[in-house]
Amino acid sequence: MRFEHKDLLDIESLSVRDITMILDTAEGMKEISSRPVKKVPTLRGKTIVLFFQEPSTRTKLSFDIAAKRLSADTISISSGSSSIVKGETLIDTAKNLEAMNPEIIVIRHPSSGAAELVSRRVRASVVNAGDGLHAHPTQALLDMMSVREKKGRIEGLNLAIIGDIAHSRVARSNIAGFTKMGATVTVAAPPTMIPRGIETLGCKVAPDIESCIENADVIMMLRIQKERQESILFPTEREYSMLFGLNSKRLRCAKRDVLVMHPGPMNRGVEISTDVADGEHSVILEQVTNGVALRMAVFYLVSGGTKNAD
Amino acid sequence: MLIRLKGARVIDPGKIDGFKDIIISNGVIDAVVEPSEADQMLLDILSKAEEPCGIAEQPFGITDQACTPIEKPCDSSNHKQHDTSTAEPYDMRTDQSKPCGYNKKAFTKEDITEIDLTGMVVVPGLIDLHVHLREPGYEYKETIETGLKAAAKGGFVAVCPMPNSSPVNDNSSITAFMVSRAKELGGSQLYPVGSITRGSKGEALCEYGDMQKAGMVAISDDGRPVENARVMRRAMEYAKGMGLPVISHCEDIDLARDGSMNEGVVATKLGIKGIPNVAESTIVMRDIALAELTGATLHIAHVSCEESVDAIRHGKKRGIRVTAETAPHYFTLTDEAVARYDTNAKMNPPLRSERDRQAIIEGLADGTIDVIATDHAPHSLLEKDIEFDRAAFGIVGLETSLGLSLKLVHDETLSLEQLIEKMSKNPATLLGIDNDLKPGNRADITVIDMDAFWSVNPRTFFSKSKNTPFAGFNLRGEVYMTMIEGKIAYQRQDGGSEIEEIS
Ligand SMILES: [Zn+2]
Ligand SMILES: [Zn+2]
Repeated sequence: MRFEHKDLLDIESLSVRDITMILDTAEGMKEISSRPVKKVPTLRGKTIVLFFQEPSTRTKLSFDIAAKRLSADTISISSGSSSIVKGETLIDTAKNLEAMNPEIIVIRHPSSGAAELVSRRVRASVVNAGDGLHAHPTQALLDMMSVREKKGRIEGLNLAIIGDIAHSRVARSNIAGFTKMGATVTVAAPPTMIPRGIETLGCKVAPDIESCIENADVIMMLRIQKERQESILFPTEREYSMLFGLNSKRLRCAKRDVLVMHPGPMNRGVEISTDVADGEHSVILEQVTNGVALRMAVFYLVSGGTKNAD
Repeated sequence: MLIRLKGARVIDPGKIDGFKDIIISNGVIDAVVEPSEADQMLLDILSKAEEPCGIAEQPFGITDQACTPIEKPCDSSNHKQHDTSTAEPYDMRTDQSKPCGYNKKAFTKEDITEIDLTGMVVVPGLIDLHVHLREPGYEYKETIETGLKAAAKGGFVAVCPMPNSSPVNDNSSITAFMVSRAKELGGSQLYPVGSITRGSKGEALCEYGDMQKAGMVAISDDGRPVENARVMRRAMEYAKGMGLPVISHCEDIDLARDGSMNEGVVATKLGIKGIPNVAESTIVMRDIALAELTGATLHIAHVSCEESVDAIRHGKKRGIRVTAETAPHYFTLTDEAVARYDTNAKMNPPLRSERDRQAIIEGLADGTIDVIATDHAPHSLLEKDIEFDRAAFGIVGLETSLGLSLKLVHDETLSLEQLIEKMSKNPATLLGIDNDLKPGNRADITVIDMDAFWSVNPRTFFSKSKNTPFAGFNLRGEVYMTMIEGKIAYQRQDGGSEIEEIS
């Protein structure tokens, strides 16, 4: 079986079969990371550009490690670096990157649709590492991978997502991914954080956190961005934490074997309490581990790899 | 020059509808007659010309002067400002101006040009109340020259450029520059809209009186709203004294902040920050209230949503002097057109939902929306071939407007008469222009080929910019000819023998 996409831009354009193939491949990749020599020659001689126009140490590091474990060469370009001249357009930059003949360009950008815009102009495979409020497909895929690993399946599960849905590409991609794989997704947040028409993406909206997590198999907490307070989304972190924060008391109304996830970085004591973040239900660190394996799988598949090779 | 337009169906809503011949001498309509009477009419004109003129025998060649059409009164094309002293319920159609005087010149048979327009529809020239010609300041997007050429191709005999050039048209020297540049070019007429406030900054009023003398016909801070309601009130009061319509770009800046498309399902899916309908409608309501308070003539620019249509309908019922325009994209497309981050579907106000699109159509049909304007907003690839949220707002519209609007006629949403009212008669009335097809008026005429099928190809645009979401659209009905002051400013090329473009 071959992965039939040149790029990974969003979850919507993937089929159930595509997602399953990526998750299966990632499981195989995870084994590599547990070896004493964590490196395979699969992408030797290939070049991967990490083009990050938004600050993100963690995601970039995860992509970088994934590339190196496959023996690919990586080039990092970020907004601060001299290679991006002021006044140069995204398309100019993309064309310049293209001129270096990379096989894959990983892009993170503050504008929704930026990854797609670049993908239309370059021959290289484009992997979206987060574009504006639109999509963060590798995050959603690694979340699905983590859930499938722990629960054995995704279909039929209840996923609760709590937080600023309106400004979260992680939420959008997870809603798309989990519903596509047969899970039920319910979201909760102050109404200022629920975008209009979110139901059309296939999820339900719960009035409060309790009813949202009541039957949940998985709870996903989103990071509350302090800078968002300027857009008058909530009065104080204190009140947010009081109404929508996940703590051990609230966790008791969820299923006994519930998983707690967070895409990181966390605001301990705001959207999630420390005891829950470090508690028995938390799979937050596994998410990070799986992130590397999942991104290895994505690199491998978009560069023409097949599921059963090697 | 004596011209006879023959074979066409002539429509001047409420006044003429039938197969008539139009005789034009020296740029002015001489007669609109039954085809059977046209020959006699021409013979009469010729025989008059053969009579000794008398003055011709006088020395010093004053003949020319005496027998040339009197230019001055025609200069501003039958232009007249609203009489604001009357306090009757507002009916923009009651404004009638006197035709300007002219003298007949001597003609010979060789001077007669016959133009066969069999199968065509002849209407009073289309007028676009809302365009951006980008000159001065942004000549890389459009110039007055390319903009007016695009206008003529779109069937427009006159356009009203908004003041957001660089510098802003907030004083009479800029106004005068634009008017003189257009005159030099000699194509479609240009009626500048001046800014409401200096630099369109929303603070101090401009010298409307001085600008009006230079040719300004209305005021607007288009591109921006006048945020401060008190400033808007004063502007309306002051403009009312001069009979100047106030054109309002209705947008609550705070509600629209950071948005780059309609707030709704599509924006949610794409992760684009939205602009809600109320960002427009609340300011529409505010300005209608201010128009009621001040008695000024308020014209709402680019109406895009249901709530605004309702507010305007309600305002008109109360007898408030409010008129409104929409643009073809608002009754043709919805926010679905943004689908794959198409920056050519990005404009302000944004494309709305299907429900809003229907409300706009309803508003056009019941007369709530008086005018179809284009909001022609040329942008280069520099502003459009980039990330969606960073791309400039606006699309070009002059060369697609009639074709898109005729769909409403073919769909029987509007009668052809209604469409001509919205694209020609009502804009003329608002500007105080008498553009009836009648003797003594300038021969500013649009000839429409109702059933020509064509496909929108931006590469054929005369406009410098190609930012249209309508590329590849198949349309029915297009401009066959645009005649300005009796001269052919544009004629469709049918196999090469026709005149292409004379200016
Ligand atoms: Zn505007
Ligand atoms: Zn405009």
